[in-house]
Amino acid sequence: MQEIISRAKELLENGTVARVLGWKIGDLPYNPEPAYFETAKDLENFVYNGFCGANLSKYMIEASKLEGKTMICLKPCDSYSFNQLIKEHRVDRDKAYIVGVGCKGKLDIEKIKKAGIKGIESISGIEMTDAADTLEIKTIYGDKTMSYADAMLERCHVCKGKDHVIYDELIGESKDTKDAERFAEIEKIEAMSPEEKFEFFKAELSKCIRCNACRNVCPACSCRKCVFDSNKFDSAQKANVDSFEEKMFHIIRAFHVAGRCTDCGECSRVCPQGIPLHLFNRKFIKDINELYGEYQAGADAESKGPLTDFTFDDAEPSVVAERG
Amino acid sequence: MSVENQFKPKIVAFCCNWCSYAGADLAGSSRLTYPADVKIIRVPCSCRVNPMFILRAFEKGADGVIICGCHPGDCHYSTGNYYARRRMTLLFSMLDYIGIENGRTRVEWVSAAEGVKFSQTMNEFVDKIRSLGENVRLGDLRCKK
Repeated sequence: MQEIISRAKELLENGTVARVLGWKIGDLPYNPEPAYFETAKDLENFVYNGFCGANLSKYMIEASKLEGKTMICLKPCDSYSFNQLIKEHRVDRDKAYIVGVGCKGKLDIEKIKKAGIKGIESISGIEMTDAADTLEIKTIYGDKTMSYADAMLERCHVCKGKDHVIYDELIGESKDTKDAERFAEIEKIEAMSPEEKFEFFKAELSKCIRCNACRNVCPACSCRKCVFDSNKFDSAQKANVDSFEEKMFHIIRAFHVAGRCTDCGECSRVCPQGIPLHLFNRKFIKDINELYGEYQAGADAESKGPLTDFTFDDAEPSVVAERG
Repeated sequence: MSVENQFKPKIVAFCCNWCSYAGADLAGSSRLTYPADVKIIRVPCSCRVNPMFILRAFEKGADGVIICGCHPGDCHYSTGNYYARRRMTLLFSMLDYIGIENGRTRVEWVSAAEGVKFSQTMNEFVDKIRSLGENVRLGDLRCKK
């Protein structure tokens, strides 16, 4: 973390960048928030630890319109989102100075809370320099411990790799934290009967309060005008239980980002209701991989997306019924 | 089952202006029959069909949705149906994934000369939807028990 701060100060001083896009200390020990830093003094609040899961690439859309360059801190998986945004001409590569920061898996406070650890005062073992595999958590009810891997975000268990796909310089070591099969959950659902599938998704989607957090955080959801905000549409009333979008919001959103979603997992991370939204996006990724060849959105900034491309011998839609 | 009690499905057919709509016309002028349960909506091209149209049709009470377009390679706009093919494949797969019976959606390529195929397809599709019964699942996904 100190390395990033001193490098940021250097870049601000010599005028390479006008601002730094990073994370600042939040109200609680486990909620750092995305922030701009414009002076060396601001950087006193800079933080980079295991809870800095937020993907900053979307903030670069606005930062691309500002005067001067922006230093942006990207973790390996965030760099895929950034690449995808370049492909869609949403960010200006020349306006960004990308510092690839090391990552050894990010933590999910919800998992810690679910393990029954409440009233957290401080957590040690979250610093990126730490080699510790255990979190030492001080709570008002006494000291607790939890293994780092158990507290990791779902997306870190299916890590895309420790390499940044785009950067100007790298600071810190990364670790591939993959220890689960990416499509295992999807396959489990696919194996269910239609009734079970329906009940499963009904139970999950019933939790949705239409707070739009998943849409607002998604780097692929970067339309200036969103279909869900149109007042000519039923979606104008967010709390309207009977309206079409209340039921279909998540399917439509997943379809809008199909072929562009890098599987960064931000939607599931921010959902206040804990809906596993990545299950929708990952299903599309799985289908695209199976039907149109392996494709990782954001792996490069040039190739055509699978839904803006075709081949003459693509599978017919009846393949869905045929494969059962 | 008496005629009054028989389930009358509501079926929406999106037909491309250049092939399938003309195919439906040919079916009519050839005096071929297909059930009146099928409501045709003419679209400029099969790729005009936004996946949302299909979801919305179900939402508004359709029991089945069929998309008809030119045969691949014959699109009036050269490539529209190739894009539609990918989109619809992914959408149908997603509907299957969330537990919607996959017989409720179908894509069929019908040319302007295939009046017979049009009428056969529609008869088959209506029979299929009749056997599946009323569409209840897409209407109440968010309703709490």
